[in-house]
Order: sequence, then C-alpha cells, then structure tokens
Amino acid sequence: MSALLEVRGLCVAYGKVEAVHQAALRVEEGRIVTVIGPNGAGKTTLLAALMGMLPARGSIGYAGEDITRVEAEQRVSRGLCLVPERRELFAAMTVEDNLVLGAFHRYRKRDKTIAADFAQVYQLFPRLKERRRQLAGTLSGGERQMLALARALMSRPRLLMLDEPSLGLAPLIVRDIFRVIAGLRDTGVSILLVEQNARAALQVADYGYVLETGEIVLEGPSGDLASDARVIESYLGLVSGNPD
Amino acid sequence: MNAEIALFLIQDGFTNGAIYALLALALVLVFAVTRVIFIPQGEFVAYGALTLASLQLGKLPGTAWLLLGVGLAVAALELTQALRLGAAQRIPAIIFNYIVLPAALLGLAWWAAPQKPALTLQILLALFLVVPLGPMVYRLAYQPLASASVLVLLIISVAVHFAMTGLGLVFFGAEGSRTPPFSDAQWKLGVLTVSGQSLWVMGASLALIVALLLFFEHTIYGKALRATAINRVGARLVGVSPAMAGKLSFTLAALIGALSGVLIAPITTIYYDSGFLVGLKGFVGAIMGGLVSYPLAAAGALLVGILEAYASFWASAYKEVIVFTLIIPVLLWRSLTTHHIEEDEE
Ligand SMILES: Nc1ncnc2c1ncn2[C@@H]1O[C@H](COP(=O)(O)OP(=O)(O)OP(=O)(O)O)[C@@H](O)[C@H]1O
Ligand SMILES: [Mg+2]
Repeated sequence: MSALLEVRGLCVAYGKVEAVHQAALRVEEGRIVTVIGPNGAGKTTLLAALMGMLPARGSIGYAGEDITRVEAEQRVSRGLCLVPERRELFAAMTVEDNLVLGAFHRYRKRDKTIAADFAQVYQLFPRLKERRRQLAGTLSGGERQMLALARALMSRPRLLMLDEPSLGLAPLIVRDIFRVIAGLRDTGVSILLVEQNARAALQVADYGYVLETGEIVLEGPSGDLASDARVIESYLGLVSGNPD
Repeated sequence: MNAEIALFLIQDGFTNGAIYALLALALVLVFAVTRVIFIPQGEFVAYGALTLASLQLGKLPGTAWLLLGVGLAVAALELTQALRLGAAQRIPAIIFNYIVLPAALLGLAWWAAPQKPALTLQILLALFLVVPLGPMVYRLAYQPLASASVLVLLIISVAVHFAMTGLGLVFFGAEGSRTPPFSDAQWKLGVLTVSGQSLWVMGASLALIVALLLFFEHTIYGKALRATAINRVGARLVGVSPAMAGKLSFTLAALIGALSGVLIAPITTIYYDSGFLVGLKGFVGAIMGGLVSYPLAAAGALLVGILEAYASFWASAYKEVIVFTLIIPVLLWRSLTTHHIEEDEE
C-alpha cells in the first residue's frame, strides 16, 4: 500500500544553517504517526516545511503526487492542515469567525456540508459553543488550543499535522485533547503528531520517529519505541521505570 | 462671516470630506492587509474622473489601451511563472483574465463611447476600465516583493505613483476635465442651498462605507481580508494566500478611488496629476487613525474636509499649507499617546 505522505531526503535550512537534514518518513492512510525529540531538534521546522511555509529540498509525496513545489494555500485545499506550535489564531475575531475561516477553502468550493461540520465541532468542544461570540484573543490557553484544533477540523483535513498540542496545558485538558486525537483516527483522518510529551504521544500513535539535531535517528512501531532503552532514558524519563 | 456662509462651508467641507474619508478607508485597508502605504491611491481618482470625462465627450478613454498594455505585461509575468513551475493548466485562465478580458473591454469601450450611453452606463464602463488596474498593479509592482519591509514597499509606491502620473499625461493629455453634475437639483433648507451633487457625493460615500462594513462582517472574503490583516501566518494556514488578499484589497482600493473620481469630477476640474493632492488629504485622515483604525481615519478625513473649506474661505492662498500642517500636531499627539510597535513583531 502506498503511503498518504511519503517524505524523502528532506533538508530545511535557515540561511546557511541546516535545521533538518535528509529526513525520510511515511504516514499511512488512517494512522497516527508521531515525531518526538528534544528542544531544538527541528520538529517545528519539519512540519512547517511539510506545510509549505518554509522552502525545502528533497521530495514530499502526498496522495500519490509530488507536492514539494506546491504552495501552502494549495496544500490546504488538498487536505493538508497544520495546527502550529504558536496556534496563530485570529485574536481580534470571534471564535465563530475563526472557525468560519478554517473552512475558507471549502467556502470557495461552495461546499454545502459546512453547517453540519459546525454542529459536529461544537459537539466535540462544547466550551467553544458557549464562547462563540467571544474574541479569540480573550480565551484561556486551553480554550485556544481547542479552537486551534477545531479551526483545523473545519478544513476537513485528510492529513492533520499537530505541533505540540499539549504544550502548556493542564493534565486534564491534555487528556481531553488526546482523546479527540484518538477519536479523529476513527473518522479516517491521518495524523502526524509532534510532541514533547513522548509518553502520551507514543501511547496514542501507531508508529514513531525520533528526531535529534535535525536527523531521524530512530523509528519503529510506537510499542517498540516505548520499550527502547535509548527512548526510555532520553524521553520517557524515570517515570517509565514504574510499571503502570 | 455670517451663519449662511458658515453653513455653506460646512456643506462644502462634508462633501469633500466624504471623498477623503473613502480614500482614507482604502489606505487603511491596503496597509492593514499588505503593509503597503498606497500613495498611488490618488491616481485612481484622477483615472476614474478622466475616463468618465472622455466617455462623456464620446471619445475612447486612454485607460482602455492602458488596461490592455498592463494586462499584457501581467500575462507575460504569469505565463513565465506558470511555465517555470510546470503549471500548464493555469495558462487558459491567465490568457482569459489578462488578455481576452482587457481586449474585450477595449472593444466594448470603442463601440460604446461614440454612442454616448446613459450616465449610469458611462460610470459603469469607466469603473470596469479603471478598477482592474488595481490588482494588476499589485501583481506587477508589489507581489514580487510582498514580504519586503514597509520602507521598501513605500519606495515602490512612490515609483508606482510617478509611473501612473506619467502614464496619465500620456493617455489623457495635459488638459483638465470637468463633467456635468449628476443632478442640477437645488434645495433651499432655511438659509442654506443644498446642491444635488453634494447630496450625491455624501449619499454614495455613505452607501459605499455601509457596503464595505457588510462585506467585512458578513462575507467569507471580507473575513479573509480581516484575518490576513490580523495574522498573516494564520491566514496562510487556513488557505488564504497573501497574493489573493493583496489583489482583493487593491481591487477594493481601486474601486473606491475610481468611484471617488467619478463623484468629484463634476465638482472640481481634474488634471492627470490632480489625484495626488486628493489622495494626500485622505492620507492625513488615515494617519489620524494611525493607519489602523477605520472610524478614526474616516473622522479625521471629514475634519480635513471641513478645515480645508474654512481655510479656503479665510486664507485661500494658504489652503493646502493649513491642511497639511495639521499632520504635525496629529503626529505629535500620536507619538505621545501610542506605544511604538516593532515592525518584525508578529
Ligand atoms: N526562524 C529561525 N531562524 C533561524 N533559526 C531557526 C529559526 N527557527 C528555528 N531555528 C533553529 O532551528 C532549529 C530547530 O528549531 P525547531 O523550532 O524546529 O525545533 P523544535 O524541535 O520544534 O523545538 P521545540 O521542541 O523547542 O519546539 C533550532 O536550532 C532553532 O534555533
Ligand atoms: Mg517546536
């Protein structure tokens, strides 16, 4: 079976400094794949390049086509979607307008099913429904992350890329968010998940990659990674020594 | 000065101020979406007025040829880019939008101009000839450097302004034009005589402002423009391309400019280079809103209009000096009351 996303020899540089070097990875349709790694490893850079927000060398295959030179906006309309580390919400607009804009490319195509997706997203995040007339800039950190995720879902992604969805959130909300992520897979969305929280990421993912200083140093089914001595030492820490 | 004159000056000030307010709104819009300080805004005013004037004389307006010329330049640019990216499927749309459509408009103007159609049709035709220049100018001059600093974009604006003024001289000649008023009606309101034309100007400006408000609040493209102004990266991530937002905001600015030109053409004589001063007065208004606030920009522009009316009564030789001196206390007040924001900060 050919993969939904097939990346080969991807190099991304800021000026002369290379932040991602010869990365190769695959995401099969309907799977959750995670990329873990320390701060500054190049995870955010990798996702930005896959989204077309940074120029990159190498090849990015998506749904059987080479999209390496396709612009970011075109990638969105083909079903790629990134929830960035900094969320990038429209602070001075209402929650509802943020969601409307999430579906921008579908409005352009005169998609008739957008209203149904609003209902679904509000059902998934009742908090957003309560606050739909509120400005996005006045939301709490957790609500912002929900809005970022909800806005992404409004674009009906085929491949959803999440950059540290648990960043700065209380454990209870992290659990909610991961529950939503696991639920998305069941609706057929493929997910590429970047996380600091390696334990939670490996639990929810099917397959994982370890990125260190711009290079993929390890990969495997997430169960295997979670029991790998190097991963336990560097990313799962002492806590993993305790049998759950 | 008696009450009659004071009232007359206020009417005069509001009429001009309404135009300046429209231009100020366009300047704020273009700056918010693209960070371009749109100095050539005034050229669209002059082009709109002079195109309508040509049509009223039954002559083919020079803008029709200009549109085709600029269209060909854009087509050449777009075609080379499409070929380089291997995007051959874009070619038919490029040829249609930038060659076939301008040629069709030229043909239409050629056929329609000598027949002197009704005023509304002339205005419509004038807008169709001038407004497409907006997005084309964006494509040619700004889009290749869209992520440059505000200063570089400003320098481009100065260049575009001079180019458009020069082309205005080539295509319209050095003579000024004044069109007959839309309506000769006059009403007596107590001591004040209200002219039909100033009601037209104020009414049309108000209608356009309301239409813009509805556009920004209730349409997906209006929301996309606001989103781009608020967060460029976020906008790209939902599929709003900066190029599309730029072209759309330039289209609106060109529409506002050309319509302003059509509205003031019966009030003042417009020359190929008259647009600059008109645009600059809208700019003074926009500066009062810090180039970010729409209501403050509109209010500031109205103030400019009224100040100008009184200045031309008391010291007509110093009219422009008085109006532009206003910008000094305004800048002083703004720099004391607002925090400086670093340009790179996103
Ligand atoms: N805009 C930039 N200009 C120059 N260098 C950058 C830029 N952004 C990131 N870098 C560098 O690229 C490298 C990778 O950064 P990146 O943000 O991709 O890491 P990350 O894995 O996402 O880290 P974190 O876990 O802290 O989010 C770092 O060394 C960083 O300093
Ligand atoms: Mg990161």
